[in-house]
Amino acid sequence: MTDHRALDAAPDGSEAADFALAEAEAELAADLEAIAPRTPRPVPGTSRHRLRPVLGFLTILAAILVVWEGAKLLGGDRLALDGILGLPIRIDHRPPFQWKIANDLSLPHLWTVFNAFFVQDAVGDTLAVRLLWAAFATFRGALVGFALGAGIGLLLAIVLIQVRLLERSLVPLLVASQTVPIVAIAPVIVVGLKAGWFGIALVAGYLTFFPVTIAATRGMRSADPRAFELLRSYAASNRDVLLRLRLPAAAPYLFTAFKIAATASVVGAIVGELPSGTREGLGGAILNAMQYYSIQPGRLWATIIVASLLGIGCFVLVVLAERRALRHYRPDDLGVAA
Amino acid sequence: MTDAAISAPAATPAPAAVSATTVPVVQLTGVSKVFQPTSQGARPVEALKGIDLTVRRGEFVSLIGPSGCGKSTLLRAIGDLTSVTEGSVAVNGKPAAQARRDRDYGMVFQAPVLFEWRSVQENVELPLEIIGRPPHERAVRAREMLDLVELGEFMSHRPWQLSGGMQQRVAIARALALGPDILLMDEPFGALDEMTRERMNLELLRIWERTGTTVIFVTHSIPEAVFLSTRVVVMSARPGRITDVVDVDLPHSRDVETRELERYFELVTRVRESLRRGEGPSSGGTARVRAEGLSA
Repeated sequence: MTDHRALDAAPDGSEAADFALAEAEAELAADLEAIAPRTPRPVPGTSRHRLRPVLGFLTILAAILVVWEGAKLLGGDRLALDGILGLPIRIDHRPPFQWKIANDLSLPHLWTVFNAFFVQDAVGDTLAVRLLWAAFATFRGALVGFALGAGIGLLLAIVLIQVRLLERSLVPLLVASQTVPIVAIAPVIVVGLKAGWFGIALVAGYLTFFPVTIAATRGMRSADPRAFELLRSYAASNRDVLLRLRLPAAAPYLFTAFKIAATASVVGAIVGELPSGTREGLGGAILNAMQYYSIQPGRLWATIIVASLLGIGCFVLVVLAERRALRHYRPDDLGVAA
Repeated sequence: MTDAAISAPAATPAPAAVSATTVPVVQLTGVSKVFQPTSQGARPVEALKGIDLTVRRGEFVSLIGPSGCGKSTLLRAIGDLTSVTEGSVAVNGKPAAQARRDRDYGMVFQAPVLFEWRSVQENVELPLEIIGRPPHERAVRAREMLDLVELGEFMSHRPWQLSGGMQQRVAIARALALGPDILLMDEPFGALDEMTRERMNLELLRIWERTGTTVIFVTHSIPEAVFLSTRVVVMSARPGRITDVVDVDLPHSRDVETRELERYFELVTRVRESLRRGEGPSSGGTARVRAEGLSA
């Protein structure tokens, strides 16, 4: 550091020495202060930091379940049980109210949903196993759709940024594309193209690209205007500006969009499966469970739970990728240090 | 840009700065700049009018003037970051645009403008990457430049882990990485506190003396302009004109004691009076107060 030099250079005992000393100390203090408190970001490995969100999630989940059964207790159907888990306990509860939303058909008991996972089909597979395979099939469509959508979305954004004239003409079309109901467009893509599971991926991609395009366009413009001037002063090419400034500056924005896109791609894949005739994925499982709803309502709920778990899983994957990709960014990200 | 040109500044020993030669690096002739209004009903703003200025090799020229006098615009015109409406800007005998394509400039802004996703070293390597230097050469050069600004031990830090003064030193290292002919600095220390600023002034003088780079420096601080420069160009506002050029004949090398010389105070007074005259008798009271505030 410069501080020692300043001290050595100043003649002993003079005012200049005092001044230089004060100056050096101030600089050193300022430097240390600047480095010290900002360096440690919450270390992901620490157990407390890891556990806290999990605990929070479990608490909210428990609250939902309590409300669920509480509603049934107050306004559900009559509950008559003879023996719980082999214990000689008798329950005959008649709820004080009769709410349609809380009857056994609309809102089956939690244990009915739980038990549905273990109902065996003709071949002897439990519903849990079949839903697991269905989730894999849907994940494949969602993943390919996400990759397609993210890729196309990013490319579109790059085109929009490079050719400003296109923005006014293209963006309304993109917005319009998202106002078309996906259930209406899905049969056109899936049945019309006859592309099998790839058609399903296309529907997933259709729901994915839009948030990516919007966020990427915004992110690529987010950098400090002086950063662009800096690159201009180096006579940097368009490619350099894109790769060394626009894309890195857009990265935090992109990951926000990827999180939305990840869950949207699961929804897209399921909606794509519905008209496809395939019984492989969760879409097929949902159609199937719907047919049995009046006799086995727990089955549809079990399928819904697996579908949302898949969505959460995809979201978590993006969060993990984000942590890795943005590990060098300032914790309270601002794009370019100003 | 040749290899020799890149490695030149750090290798060149001290004397270049002291012996400012007569080779013109920047030649401005009759430069005017009018900003056309962007909204209906607004009038065009005459930012610069009839600017003639020659900057010789190795000079340290400060542009000083009240806010809105066009000093930043003038700097940006020299660096081809903005166009001029009239007149010509010649740099090393070429149009400014050509000089920019030849990478004759190093830019330092008021904010450091470092890329947060890059380490300090990678930030300094940025211009070298753009001109396609191999990784090893980039690393060596970055190390050299960071040692020059005495941040060698912070190479692998992230910019946001450094103080404002340190960040600005990284920006200077980056600006020097290509060994530019001219360093263009737009109020580089304006956002720093007084203590850090004086320290940075000393650092900058030392770097200038070592590299012999021509510096054009925009500031609104009179003491800073006098302390650093070989010449102070005083400008007035609306339209931005050059009202005075003060030769600073303070001896080199300058240090903390330079600020206590009789001659230093005379020159500070001289620049202050030039600024006041530039305001003109017709100017309003607020402008007057602002100029006083700056000189305090």
